Amino acid sequence: MRTGILPKLLLAPSVLLVVACVYGYIAFTIYLSFTTSTLMPNLEWLGTDNYTRLFDLENWKVSLRNLWVFAGLFIGGSMALGLILAVMVDQRIRAEGAFRSIFLYPMALSFIVTGTAWKWLMDPGIGLEHSLREMGWESFTFGWVKSGEMAIYCVVIAAVWQTVGFVMALFLAGLRGVDAEVVSAARVDGANTWQIYWRVIFPQLGPAVVSAFVILAHMAIKSYDLVIALTNGGPGRSTWLPSVFMYQYTFTRNEMAVGAASATLMLAGIAIVVLPYLVSEYRNVARHG
Amino acid sequence: MGSGADKVSRVALYGILIFLGLLFVLPIYVMGVNSLKPLDEIRGGNLMALPMEWTLEPWATAWSTAQIGVQPTGLKPYFLNSFLLVVPAVLISTAIGAINGYILTQFKMRGANIVFAMLLFSVFIPFQIVLIPMARTLGMLGLAGTVSGLVFVNVVYGIGFTTLFFRNYYAAFPGELVRSARMDGAGFFRLFWRILLPNSAPIVVVTIIWQFTNIWNEFLFGASFSDYKSFPLTVALNNLVNSSTGVKEYNVHFAGAFIAAIPTLVVYVLSGKYFVRGLMAGSVKG
Amino acid sequence: MRQLKLKLLAVAAAAVWTGSVSAQSVEVLHWWTSGGEAAALGVLKKTLEADGIKWNDMPVAGGGGEQAMTALRARVTAGNPPTAVQMLGFDIQDWAKQGALGDLNALAAKEGWDKTVPAALQRFSKYNGKWIAAPVNVHSTNWVWANKAVLDKAGVKDLPKTWDEFMAAADKIQKAGLVALAHGGQPWQEATMFDGVVLSTGGIDFYRKALVELDDKSLNSPTMEKVFARMSQLRKLVDKDFSGRDWNLATAMVISGKAGFQIMGDWAKGEFINAKKVPGKDFVCFRVPGSQGMVSFNSDQFAMFKVGADKADSQMKLAKAIMDPAFQSAFNVVKGSVPARTDVPNKAFDDCGKKGMADLAEANTKNTLIGSMAHGHSVPASIKNAFYDVITRHFNGDLNDKQAVAELAKAAKN
Repeated sequence: MRTGILPKLLLAPSVLLVVACVYGYIAFTIYLSFTTSTLMPNLEWLGTDNYTRLFDLENWKVSLRNLWVFAGLFIGGSMALGLILAVMVDQRIRAEGAFRSIFLYPMALSFIVTGTAWKWLMDPGIGLEHSLREMGWESFTFGWVKSGEMAIYCVVIAAVWQTVGFVMALFLAGLRGVDAEVVSAARVDGANTWQIYWRVIFPQLGPAVVSAFVILAHMAIKSYDLVIALTNGGPGRSTWLPSVFMYQYTFTRNEMAVGAASATLMLAGIAIVVLPYLVSEYRNVARHG
Repeated sequence: MGSGADKVSRVALYGILIFLGLLFVLPIYVMGVNSLKPLDEIRGGNLMALPMEWTLEPWATAWSTAQIGVQPTGLKPYFLNSFLLVVPAVLISTAIGAINGYILTQFKMRGANIVFAMLLFSVFIPFQIVLIPMARTLGMLGLAGTVSGLVFVNVVYGIGFTTLFFRNYYAAFPGELVRSARMDGAGFFRLFWRILLPNSAPIVVVTIIWQFTNIWNEFLFGASFSDYKSFPLTVALNNLVNSSTGVKEYNVHFAGAFIAAIPTLVVYVLSGKYFVRGLMAGSVKG
Repeated sequence: MRQLKLKLLAVAAAAVWTGSVSAQSVEVLHWWTSGGEAAALGVLKKTLEADGIKWNDMPVAGGGGEQAMTALRARVTAGNPPTAVQMLGFDIQDWAKQGALGDLNALAAKEGWDKTVPAALQRFSKYNGKWIAAPVNVHSTNWVWANKAVLDKAGVKDLPKTWDEFMAAADKIQKAGLVALAHGGQPWQEATMFDGVVLSTGGIDFYRKALVELDDKSLNSPTMEKVFARMSQLRKLVDKDFSGRDWNLATAMVISGKAGFQIMGDWAKGEFINAKKVPGKDFVCFRVPGSQGMVSFNSDQFAMFKVGADKADSQMKLAKAIMDPAFQSAFNVVKGSVPARTDVPNKAFDDCGKKGMADLAEANTKNTLIGSMAHGHSVPASIKNAFYDVITRHFNGDLNDKQAVAELAKAAKN
């Protein structure tokens, strides 16, 4: 189809805004990571010292290690549980709307809202452990949030709780979009329910998996409120994530250049994760178009 | 059908669903019951227990007399601030997303994919790094500390998602409809208004829910780019629950958190059905 | 059309008019949002309003001012700074270095601030000889709070005066089946205890050398190792669920009699008073054993930002109002802290408050008034937080006493 000037003109503002306010600022941040900035930006060149210092910091190592644990379990857990929930809700159950709302509602809330509730629930002294023991289950123990090794899993649990409903909705939409004829054909061929799901339906969920992955990956990397609300990085520094590190060094510790260096590395990490997706999108469009 | 084994698996299915459902409502249940207790009962009591003495006092306090700053205003006035910010930001970003999606899918342009990839990557930018440069930008535009400035910021960082949603939806849009309209001589806007937009209800719902929730719950921009006239509800709520060296009234905090969450909860619960439908119709198709 | 234009003109004119009338206003960025704090600040607001100056309130709570400082950066970068900002210690100096703060010297000279404000505070309120901030209060951090009934039950007769007596008392409380030390495992709370332990172990000169001057020898000394050994002793006194607990929940443990002691700044008093407990009868406060006569402090100040000529006058009036003795008394009675001026009458204060004021005056004359490391009054933010890291890792068992000493010395070199 012929393309006039109008579409380009209408697309231009978005492109300009994003180029300036996303890529321009990214360039600025990368530049800052090579400067002597402390409290406020400062354009005096320093070189790679900030990166040397960053790699030397125990806090950064802990943050990176936690990111692998957190991102892996959070993305994997949300996907798995989301799929299970979607399949269960898809069984023509009663009160589907109610169940769907229950699984979806956490997505509507910010951790400023639910943080305190979560913190209390996970606190063995006043939360779940205390309550279940009072109800008579004396041996119940749930004190992960107090342990340096286990606290990060508490962050995972709260994160999965928040997003799994959205993943469920994506998969549910995918399940409902599956061609009914293919399914009944498979049934005629004598496949049981399990086989039908495994061989016929799941393979068609590819696009939903990709969408879910992108959304979960971006949340995993950006997660900040969650950690602050739940553990505030503790016990000790055991639940820091790179996002916490970046905020702390940039704004609380007045080491803006080191914060910028960590941001630069985070962005590089994001690019590595997301570029394959963008390339596949590109191929997709090229094929259709 | 209807065999014994089937019935057992049905019961198991409901059992698991109900169990998971209970786990999911636990945090909000904790907030609910504790917002209805007097403070003494919270200090010494069981977190899960129903109130021994029911009271609506915390809700009234959080709404109209709790200390947000110097004035005991409650959360009430900040509701309006948030709506003044969220409504235009959601509408504008959704409209831009729709137009972008339309252009990116219905017109062949060199570099369209690159443009899309660029817009999409922008959703991954951590908001903390844009804080300082954006503040400078707003200052130069004369928008520092204004609602318009906040709207601007939320629109800029919403374009990526809204474009993603609409582009995927319009990519799967039946080509014949568009072609025949073009045969009839429909121009750029006519095609959009008459053919695409009327068929976009599901994806509009998805986009609005997504944007509404994100902007309503957004805190960092709200705290940094507003001033005394314009700060939104999240900042007020944060002031209520995060006060540092004072007595913490947890029941009021929980009530306030509930109040702040009501609009997004209502949006989700009322439109949950359309949400899934919209996702079905659009964003999960490649 | 013409009519519309006229109407618009009228509206615009009215806006300009009312603008010029309410030109006398101040915008104040702060994080005092809980009932008592906000009420205290309300006193200031009323004072100003009586003077015809409008108070525009910009509260941003969270993280003991962290959120507010982030918002402030954005505000300053945008060229739209608030008139005055609540600030602590080194932050004030850092902002002054950026050239963002105003000059209060004329007012200070007229009002005689140099004579009435302790020198230890002036170290933060002045930069290159210029007054840049008005101090509101002095909090003191080396306090121990104790539940009287718990002490009686455990058989602790006299308040501990030395470290060993303190440990013996703690032991008795533990034997009575109670928690000896209520503590919340957050880095700043551990650092607050650390302040007290350093004072009590090494005395004022050691504290000054190690935590203010960052003297390498002192940081690496056996005394410092003893400090960490004492922190390890304290670690054994807390319950197993301490980590992540808010300070006020720890205070609540003392109030309700679950725990005997808490080491915490004087803001803890508000929790006791709020729970209708009487000082001296239900609870007692005493200095961290071995640090009587020394005061580690933090002081909330209002840093005055450079503002346009239209606001300069109201900014001066704000600064003047903050330093007014009547306000300092009224504010600090409500807040639980003591006045930043040493010439404020103590009539309106309760027992703990009177003791706090006397201690402050004594420490000021004896030069034993020292900035709290935990609260940003001894070293800049980057080093303070690096110290937090070490103290917290040690307290959580990731470092032993020797390693902690080495790490602390390393952190000081940032």
